[in-house]
Amino acid sequence: MTAPRLSRSLIQYGGLSAALLAMIAAFSLGSENFFQTSTLVSIANQIPELTFLAVGMTFVLIVRGIDLSVGSLLALSAATLGVLMARHEWPLPAALAAAAAVGALCGAVNGALSVGFGIPSFIVTLGMLEVARGVTKKVTDSQSVYIGGPVEAFGEPMGALRVSPAFLIAALTVAIGQFVLTRTVFGRYCTAVGTNEEAVRMSGVRPAPYFVAAFALSGLMCSLAGFARTSRLSTADPNGAVGIELSAIAACVIGGTSLMGGRGSVVGSFLGVLVIQVMQTGLAQMGVSDADKQIVTGLVIVAAVLFDALRVRLGPRS
Amino acid sequence: MTADAADAPPLLAARGLTKRYGTVTVLDGVSMDVRGGEVHALLGANGAGKSTLCKILSGLTPASAGSATLGGAAYAPASKREAEAAGVEIVQQELNLIGTLSVAENLLFARLPNRLGVLRVGRLHAEARAILDRFGLPGVDPGAPVRSLGVGRQQMVEIAAALARDCRVLILDEPTAALSDTEAGQLFGHLRDLRDRGVAVVYISHRLDEVKELSDRVTVLRDGRHVVTRDTAGLSTDAMVALMSGEERDAGPSAFRSHRREGDGERDVALRVRGLCRGPVRDVSLEVRRGERLGVTGLVGSGRTELLRAIFGADRATAGTVAVNGVPRGRFRHPRAAVEAGLAMVTEDRKSDGLLLAQPVGVNATLCSLWTKFCRFGLLRGAAERRATAGLIEDLDVRCHGPDQLAGQLSGGNQQKVAVGKWLVRGADVLLFDEPTRGIDVAARRRIYRLLEALAAEGKACVIVSSDLEELFETCDAIAVLCDGRLTGTFQRGEWTREKILQASFDSDKAAPSPAAADTSDASPADRRA
Repeated sequence: MTAPRLSRSLIQYGGLSAALLAMIAAFSLGSENFFQTSTLVSIANQIPELTFLAVGMTFVLIVRGIDLSVGSLLALSAATLGVLMARHEWPLPAALAAAAAVGALCGAVNGALSVGFGIPSFIVTLGMLEVARGVTKKVTDSQSVYIGGPVEAFGEPMGALRVSPAFLIAALTVAIGQFVLTRTVFGRYCTAVGTNEEAVRMSGVRPAPYFVAAFALSGLMCSLAGFARTSRLSTADPNGAVGIELSAIAACVIGGTSLMGGRGSVVGSFLGVLVIQVMQTGLAQMGVSDADKQIVTGLVIVAAVLFDALRVRLGPRS
Repeated sequence: MTADAADAPPLLAARGLTKRYGTVTVLDGVSMDVRGGEVHALLGANGAGKSTLCKILSGLTPASAGSATLGGAAYAPASKREAEAAGVEIVQQELNLIGTLSVAENLLFARLPNRLGVLRVGRLHAEARAILDRFGLPGVDPGAPVRSLGVGRQQMVEIAAALARDCRVLILDEPTAALSDTEAGQLFGHLRDLRDRGVAVVYISHRLDEVKELSDRVTVLRDGRHVVTRDTAGLSTDAMVALMSGEERDAGPSAFRSHRREGDGERDVALRVRGLCRGPVRDVSLEVRRGERLGVTGLVGSGRTELLRAIFGADRATAGTVAVNGVPRGRFRHPRAAVEAGLAMVTEDRKSDGLLLAQPVGVNATLCSLWTKFCRFGLLRGAAERRATAGLIEDLDVRCHGPDQLAGQLSGGNQQKVAVGKWLVRGADVLLFDEPTRGIDVAARRRIYRLLEALAAEGKACVIVSSDLEELFETCDAIAVLCDGRLTGTFQRGEWTREKILQASFDSDKAAPSPAAADTSDASPADRRA
């Protein structure tokens, strides 16, 4: 049992890890500044936001949904945090709990509307994207809310390794997420629902709770991402994180998660986040223009999916 | 039919047509002649090979062996298009229309009037209007999307589309199943017109009175073989049933051992269904005792699958009650409630709702029982899961590389073993099987039969829906027959005969078609699962 599992994870992550290392090597050769502690620390401290979102998105994609509202929910829970702390002087733990509740609740609403009325989650979360962004602007009057001190510690690099608590918690979240996906009943039924919802129903298991829970989890992850972003910038920005949902989806897809549901891995998505972030930083350091950066990013996303499709096609038929 | 028509050479002649799927032969050397200017009915029980024969003749599937001639020339259509070019049209049982397109677009689908690729809507609607008027559908708007019509109307549109094309041979596979009496009457008028114009009409129907009324000759198939071709005149419907059944094969094999618990205590009644209604299923009551294997049969469309789904809560029943192990449960609103009460259902189509094909065997094996058996504080008990999967593979002799192989990579028979096995892992008191051996090889079939016996010996109750009577004769204590959604007979082992069962399947007295036919013609396509 152990041997095939090991070889399977080698096949699964080996290619992606190799591509990531090759990318790092190429950037190190192409730019003197890349392979330096400061650059790597800066990458490490930028990735928590996208990592949290990608973990939640992985579960949503696995149940065969999609969540376009993560950027707006990130901004909304960050705004909740900022407004409660800066204007109402709530202590950090209480404000954080409220922000988490807002994120998870909005996510649950996404899932419940989609499954309850049979509306594609693409549409429901597109609606949530607009509504949540609008509410964010209303509660903040479209102004950035400065919080400062209390939240900054979370994003501050510390210790000998110069990594922030946010990074450590993001890494821990990836580990927990992977464990939940592969070793719990919840994760197993999420995979089953995404593979064949009707077969799950006919097996005497209601698919709806798992679907809703996956979206609620994504919402909760948005709150954590919002906290990470707020601590990095010291402020809650109502206009920030626009379009980040596409980066999160891209990270999952690069990591081998299927948009057709039933297949994916949290660790893979994390590797996808690393690929995106390393590429962004590396290209920027090499002085590549924004336009070229976009072109390269697009090509890499498509190439990763193409590679994955070939791997599936050449491997055992499914 | 006139005397010269009878002497004329056949328009369409089949010689030794054979169709094999792997090792299974579904059509075995069938020869038949169809003359121009006759209505030729094709009769046979389910699985006799009627539809396969028609599919070969209309180019939908190639024959494995044998040949055919059309108007004296060799005829072996490689596609439906080729058959149509030669003048052979088929209207199949399943509707072949595109629901979102308009009636007119469907009617003239292959030859939409256009100018340089731009649709000429006015002309399209005018031509469609003419066809609709000609074939008795003046009330149908050519611009309406097809799916807005009732099933009966849709069927008429499809038939009109075939009638409107100039054809020499028209094949109709159960065209009246969804039609009301009025619509069927109109159809018969058109078919007689075609016959008088020299067209050969091949007609499959399970409504024998209809066959008697309409056809000139009948050909009977049984188990893929040609039995007889005779003039319809002088053939009673009872005689037709006798020809289809083949009286000599009535006795079940002697190896059968009953495990039915005959005690009169209420606790030996594992499943009791009272007055269940849902869609085509009307007022069905039945009782299955512990250790009993009850077969359920009936023609296609008689409501067999719908009955099981309604019992199991997959479709919500509109009336009636279900009791399991003597405990009244009302009507199950969801399969989960049924499963918690001790029911299990092995579905007809394992690909669509029985298995997770893209997941490993191990995931499928424990799918029904993660919460009850393989979990501690929400965490999976991997070791227990692997033991259960290994046990299932061993017990049912599932041929696979191991628990990590994807279910979709197994053969049909082994997939079916997994689909059954997941319920054995969970444990259930009443098991509902919908066509448990469809599309699987003989060895796997034997394995399933042995399993059914073992379940009965343990005191489990089984309900087995099958269109294969031999299968039910071999495995069941009793057989219930459905016709038009009603139970028209229950026969005990020893008292059943093939003929009695077919008689009950065609029973038109107890299942009066009048209100029912009107109902089905208005039902939406989604409600009409075959």
